[in-house]
Amino acid sequence: MTEQTQQASPEHVEYVLRMGDNALILGQRVSEWCGHAPVLEEDMALANMALDLIGQARMLLTHAGRLEGRGRDEDGLAFQRNEPHFRNLTLCELPNDDFARTMVRNYLFSAFMVLLWERLLQSRDAELAAIAGKSIKEARYHVRHAGEWVLRLGDGTAESHARTQRALDYLWPYTAEIFADTPADAVAEDARVGPAWSTLEQDWMAMVVPVLEAATLSLPARTPFRSHGKVGRHSEHMGHLLAEMQYMQRVYPGANW
Amino acid sequence: MERKEWPLWEVFVRSRNGLDHKHCGSVHAPDAKLALQVARDVYTRRQEGVSLWVVKAEHIVASDPDAKPELFDPAEDKIYRHPTFYKLPDEVNHM
Amino acid sequence: MYTQALDIPQQQPEGNTPPAAENPVYQAEFDAKIDAGGFIEPKDWMPESYRKTLIRQISQHAHSEIVGMLPEGNWITRAPTLKRKAILLAKVQDEGGHGLYLYAAAETLGVSRDELTEALLSGKAKYSSIFNYPTLSWADVGVIGWLVDGAAIMNQIPLCKCSYGPYARAMVRVCKEESFHQRQGYDALLQLMSGTQEQRDMVQDAVNRWWWPSIMMFGPHDKDSVHSGQSARWGIKRISNDDLRQKFVDATVKQAEVLGVTLPDPELKWNEARGHYDFGAIEWDDFWNVVNGHGDCNVDRLAARNKAWNDGAWVREAAMAHAEKHAA
Repeated sequence: MTEQTQQASPEHVEYVLRMGDNALILGQRVSEWCGHAPVLEEDMALANMALDLIGQARMLLTHAGRLEGRGRDEDGLAFQRNEPHFRNLTLCELPNDDFARTMVRNYLFSAFMVLLWERLLQSRDAELAAIAGKSIKEARYHVRHAGEWVLRLGDGTAESHARTQRALDYLWPYTAEIFADTPADAVAEDARVGPAWSTLEQDWMAMVVPVLEAATLSLPARTPFRSHGKVGRHSEHMGHLLAEMQYMQRVYPGANW
Repeated sequence: MERKEWPLWEVFVRSRNGLDHKHCGSVHAPDAKLALQVARDVYTRRQEGVSLWVVKAEHIVASDPDAKPELFDPAEDKIYRHPTFYKLPDEVNHM
Repeated sequence: MYTQALDIPQQQPEGNTPPAAENPVYQAEFDAKIDAGGFIEPKDWMPESYRKTLIRQISQHAHSEIVGMLPEGNWITRAPTLKRKAILLAKVQDEGGHGLYLYAAAETLGVSRDELTEALLSGKAKYSSIFNYPTLSWADVGVIGWLVDGAAIMNQIPLCKCSYGPYARAMVRVCKEESFHQRQGYDALLQLMSGTQEQRDMVQDAVNRWWWPSIMMFGPHDKDSVHSGQSARWGIKRISNDDLRQKFVDATVKQAEVLGVTLPDPELKWNEARGHYDFGAIEWDDFWNVVNGHGDCNVDRLAARNKAWNDGAWVREAAMAHAEKHAA
C-alpha cells in the first residue's frame, strides 16, 4: 500500500480520519496556549506538543485523503468540512479552561495514543504503520510531560489539588467515548488496519489509574453520560473552534496561502 | 501570598556521542525531573542534542576571577608541556 | 555561564581590596579588556553603570521577545493552512525561547527573572514599541517576518560580538534560530502576491501600516540618542541607530521590488552621491506616543501578559509545593 490513490473502505478512511481529526483539534487547542502559559518554560513545552500534533494531523489527513480518493488534501480536510464531518473525540474539542484541565486532558489522551500507536506499528496499512513509528515517540514524551504535571498539580497545594480534581471530574465522562466502538473499529480490526479502540480500555486504565492515584486524585465513577464526536455529533464548542480555525479558507475560497 | 521563584538550573547538552557535554544555557524549574523536561523543550528543538545534564545553579562552585593570576598564569611558562616545543627531524615529525 | 548564582565559595582573603564601584585599578583593567575587544564575564569586576545599562538593555530585549509573541500569536489559531500554522507556531515559540535565553543572560548580572517580569508587568520596564501595533490581517504575519524580523536581525547581529559574554552567547543562539524567521515571512508574502487581487491588496495594506514603525525600530537619530555614546564605548552597541536604519532601508528596497509592493514613502529614492537610498522624515511624535503608552495595543499587550502571569500563579506555587514535599 504505497501509492494509495485507489479507494479504501469507508471504514478504513474513517479510522484514519478520526485519528487525524483528534490530532488536529487537540493541536488547535494546545496551540491556544502559545504566549499565555504559566511560565515561559511551559510555553515552550506546550508549543512543542502542539507542533507534534499538527504534524501528526498533516500526515494522517494527507493519508486519509489519499485513501478516500476524492482529491482532498490535508487542508481540504481540515478547512472545508463542517462539524458533522469531523470524526474527533469530543474530549479533544473541549475548551482548555485552566492549566489543570489542559494537563489532565493531555495526559488522558496521550496515554491512550501511546497504546494505540504501539499497536499501529504492526498495521497492514504500511503508511499508517510508518506514521505510528514517528508519532509514538512524540506521544511517549507527551504522556511523560503531562503525567509529571498531573502528579505535581494533584499533589501540590490545596488549590491545585481542587482544580485538578475538578478537571478530572469534568473530563472523565468524555473518556468513555474513546472506547465506544463504531462500525469502523470492527472493520479496521478485521482488515488488520488497527485495533478496535475498545480493546485498549483495560491497558489504558492500568496505565492511568496508578498515576491519578499517585496524584492523590479520586477516580470518578462511570455514569451513563456519552459523547459522540467520533460519529460527528459534537459539543457546542466545536462550531466555535472551526469558525476560528477555518476563517481564512472560508472567507477567501479557492485562494492559495 | 508568599511568592517563591523556581530555582535556576544550568543546562549542558551533548550534541552527539563522542563529544563532551557543553553548557548551553539555563532554565527555571521546580525540581530535577521538570528541569530535564524543560531543558529538552527549550534547548533541543533543532536536534541540538542526544543527552542532557541539568545542575542546580547553586551547586556549581566557580573559581574566583580575582584569583586568575595565581590559578592560571603559572601554566604560562611551562611550554615544554606542549608537543610543538620539541623540534624533531622532518622524517619523524608526525610523532 | 548563564547564572548569577556562581558565587565564590570562600570569603575574600584578608587584605585584598574587594571589588568596589570606584576602583581605579579594576577600572583600568576593565577598560583595557574592553579596548582589546575582550569579553567581560559575570563574576568579573564591572562598573556599576555598565551592569545597570546591560540589565536594562538585555531585559528590554527579553521583554520585547515575550510581548512580541502576542501580535503574531493572534494568528496561530487562524492560520490559513496547516503548513503555515506549524511554521507560525514554531516561529512564535522561538520568540519565547529567545526571551528565555535573554532573561537567563540578564540573571547573570544579579537580578532574578521574577524581578524582571514584575518590572514588565507593572509597566515600569520598556519593550520594543513595534509590538504595540495590531495584526489586522494574515498578511501582517508575513510583513512582520519580512520587515520587523529583518530590522531586528540587523540590530541583533552586531550584538553577537558585544562585550558581555553571556549576552553575546545568547545572541549567537538567537541569530542562528532567527535566520528562518525573515525568510518564512517573505515566502508567505510571495505566495500572497502571486494570488488574487484581494491577497495582493492585503499585503500592500500591511506594508503601508508596518513600514514606518519598522524603520522607527532602530531608535532615535544618533544626535538624539541618550545612551548610544557610552554603549558604543562599552561594545554593547556596535553600530549606530542611523547607520543600521540606512542599511535596512537599502536592503529592503530591492526586496520590495521583487515582491511587487510599494513602500509608502514618496521621498524614497537612490542617492548616487551617497551610495544609499534617501528616505522621508520620520514622524517621531508617533514613535514617542507609542513608547509612552498611547499606541493601539499597549494596554492590551500588558493586560495579556499580566493575565497569563496571574492565572499561572497557582501552577508555579503548586510545583514548588510538590518539590518541597518530595525533597526529603
